Amino acid sequence: MREVAIIGVKNTLFGEQWDRSFRDLVVEAGVGAVEDAGVAGEKIDSMFVGNMSGGQFVEQEHIGALIADYSGLAKNLHVPSTRVEAACASGGLALRQAICAVASGMDDIVIAAGVEKMTDVPSSKASSALAAAADREWEGIMGATFPGLYAMIARMHMHKYGTTSEQLAEVAVKNHFNGQFNPIAQYRNTITVDAVLSSIMVADPLRIFDCSPITDGASAVILAPADIAHEYTDTPIYVKGTGQASDTIALHDRRDITTLDASVVAGRRAYEMAGLGPKDIDLVEVHDCFTIAEICAIEDLGFVKKGEGGKVTQQGETAIGGRIPVNTSGGLKACGHPVGATGIKQAVEIVQQLRGEAGKRQVDGAEVGMTHNVGGSGATAVVHIFSRNR
Amino acid sequence: MITMSVPRFWRKQIARYNLVGTYCKTCNEYFYPPRNVCPTCRRDGQIGEHKFNGNGELITYTVIHTAAEGFEGQTPYVLGIVQLEEGPRLTSQIVGDPKEMHIGMKVRPVFRRLGQSGERGMIYYGTKFVPA
Amino acid sequence: MSVGIVSYGAYIPRYRIKLDDIAKVWGDDAEILKSGLMVFEKSFPDVDEDTATIAVEAARSAVRRAGIDAQRIGAVYTGSESHPYAVKPTSTIVAEAVGATPVLTAADFEFACKAGTAAVQTCMGLVASGMIDLGMAIGSDVAQGAPGDALEYTAAAGGVAFIIGSKESEITAIIEDTYSFTTDTPDFWRREGMPYPEHGGRFTGEPGYFKHVTNAARGLMEKMNTKPEDYDFAVFHQPNGKFPSRAASMLGFSKEQIKPGLVVPRLGNTYSGSCMMGIAATLDQAKPGDRIFATAFGSGAGADAFSITVTDRIEEIRNSAPKVEELLANPIYADYAKYARHKGKIKLA
Repeated sequence: MREVAIIGVKNTLFGEQWDRSFRDLVVEAGVGAVEDAGVAGEKIDSMFVGNMSGGQFVEQEHIGALIADYSGLAKNLHVPSTRVEAACASGGLALRQAICAVASGMDDIVIAAGVEKMTDVPSSKASSALAAAADREWEGIMGATFPGLYAMIARMHMHKYGTTSEQLAEVAVKNHFNGQFNPIAQYRNTITVDAVLSSIMVADPLRIFDCSPITDGASAVILAPADIAHEYTDTPIYVKGTGQASDTIALHDRRDITTLDASVVAGRRAYEMAGLGPKDIDLVEVHDCFTIAEICAIEDLGFVKKGEGGKVTQQGETAIGGRIPVNTSGGLKACGHPVGATGIKQAVEIVQQLRGEAGKRQVDGAEVGMTHNVGGSGATAVVHIFSRNR
Repeated sequence: MITMSVPRFWRKQIARYNLVGTYCKTCNEYFYPPRNVCPTCRRDGQIGEHKFNGNGELITYTVIHTAAEGFEGQTPYVLGIVQLEEGPRLTSQIVGDPKEMHIGMKVRPVFRRLGQSGERGMIYYGTKFVPA
Repeated sequence: MSVGIVSYGAYIPRYRIKLDDIAKVWGDDAEILKSGLMVFEKSFPDVDEDTATIAVEAARSAVRRAGIDAQRIGAVYTGSESHPYAVKPTSTIVAEAVGATPVLTAADFEFACKAGTAAVQTCMGLVASGMIDLGMAIGSDVAQGAPGDALEYTAAAGGVAFIIGSKESEITAIIEDTYSFTTDTPDFWRREGMPYPEHGGRFTGEPGYFKHVTNAARGLMEKMNTKPEDYDFAVFHQPNGKFPSRAASMLGFSKEQIKPGLVVPRLGNTYSGSCMMGIAATLDQAKPGDRIFATAFGSGAGADAFSITVTDRIEEIRNSAPKVEELLANPIYADYAKYARHKGKIKLA
């Protein structure tokens, strides 16, 4: 298996982008990443695109070809382009497929992109599309919503470990704080614990400020074999580990409601591949679709003991400058959550951090970073470990 | 909207009305919603049908204020995970005052409307739970 | 061979609205209404309850009360004037939900407030003829009353299921005989596609309710050569508290005889469930050997009278399912806004 490096990255702005279409967004990200890598179109061997629900958000399927077409890679070059779908983990899985393609020796230069255009439908329709990531027949039909499913995780976490609403709020406060330094973030305003606790209730105990927003955005990275990465960039970032795991589609069938076993196993697989452990990670982008999700994630990935995620967040250990900075980008909460793009955006953030290009949100001396991307309420998880050292 | 096509709903209607699930004779594990393959025994599993009496316990719950599409008329409603006596867990609405809900609460099944496909479409019936 | 009620089950939604709260909305005098109607509060359904869910709960209660093997049920008939579908039977939903499918006959009945007792008579015939082993007759309604209409003060929600059979060891209450009196009298109706019924005001009284109830009741007593004193209890369709009390006194029944079955003051008019609810409440208290006289009325118009004798079996099954009194207990009181929302009187866009 060949070692793989990231040689180019690009995020579009994240947010409500009324004047920009699905294809506008993904083309900007793709072309931007190609420019960042300085790679010619003729060199591109294949493309993987994470997209959760073009069908429901823009009534467009056949996303792979569409994107290759509008990126100028279809008509003359006929670059193979494959859409990857795993709900909110679509981007992370697209990245993993791209890594596999390069690692296997099949392809050399590969684009991994992710995109979601969510604001072309009313928010009720968007929520409905997102709810399709849960078990439609046995959760959705009972009136389950995504905030509702994560609220049930939160309630259980509170019951079992004494986690508080204030601790959940601290996650949102921290991520908004980080988001203010990220020029692409949807929200660049800081908020207070009181503001979170006095925001409207969505699914008790989760309030609107515990939830990630509906976002338009796209992200892309360019992969190359590590051996030739220096031909394109002075600062290649190496993929040290990748892990993916599945769990039951429905929350009710999980071994433990408060643990995402898929995260635990995907994390373990990535650590094993990288020959690293939680202590070796300098910063991590986790899937904080809801505040409780970040608390579960830092526990499930081994950064803190099970049940202590809320406490350590409150103590500032996950802030920039803390023991393990989490979601320097602002996370899904503040940077935004264009579902199919999120897994790629996380990788872009880590690459920028490891290159030392993260500006005011830079984690000093960051050498090893991790991304953690979850589909649904935890049925899919994908974890990557990156390093600036080969 | 929980618009589910008529045949799609009808196919599992008895399971929804009467809590009919399955169980694996090989490892004695019970499944609701029904499964055709035992996750433990896989191809060694022998699957049979089982009707649950519906007595169970509330494992966790939420009170939904921002409804799923098609459920706007019901807010606020309680959504919970119920563990049946035989072991399996399911997601259901819990009918009752949100203030009386608590983890560990005993529940029993009731027959209710789950929703409808608009004013003109099919009405979906099934099982919800109430405090026992 | 005798036929009779093998088992019975009732269901009443927990929500109640006080007449005072309805009167407040329309600027009516609640005290006058309460003393005139002898109804003080009425039940209404939860947001996810309708005639079918109420029928299922009542039917399951009946099956449970006597430990019936539901596969023996050869007919399910549900009487209602608020079936959730205009076309598509409520009875198939009930049959599936109690486990009586697939070898049975089923249909929905409609005869204003006496559709349930019409179903009882049909089951009696099928059972007596040997066509079926057991038959299930249900009266269930989420009764409609237009906002501001007089009906709104009484139209309630509830349902009752009787399982009718002929095995002597199983019969809880022998139905000795039945007698119906029917004419074409348009005292109350609801046209296809209309949300609320129309009624003839005071015309529903003398030419409607009283004429039919008294004729059916007298007809049955003449046919059987019985008199009011032969009965321990009596139940008359109860659209309000006043009509059954007056019918009883016109026929020579006492206040004590109708008392156990007179649930309308705390329940309202459950339409197709009304008379059957009175019978169920009476069975909840009756002793073996007690005789019950019951007359249901349905606008349009007709009345079904029944003469019933309770057997020893009542003591064995009575406590195996909720009694009407238990269903009336622990109500959840709500205001008109909640009532209007639950009844679909507030339309969501």
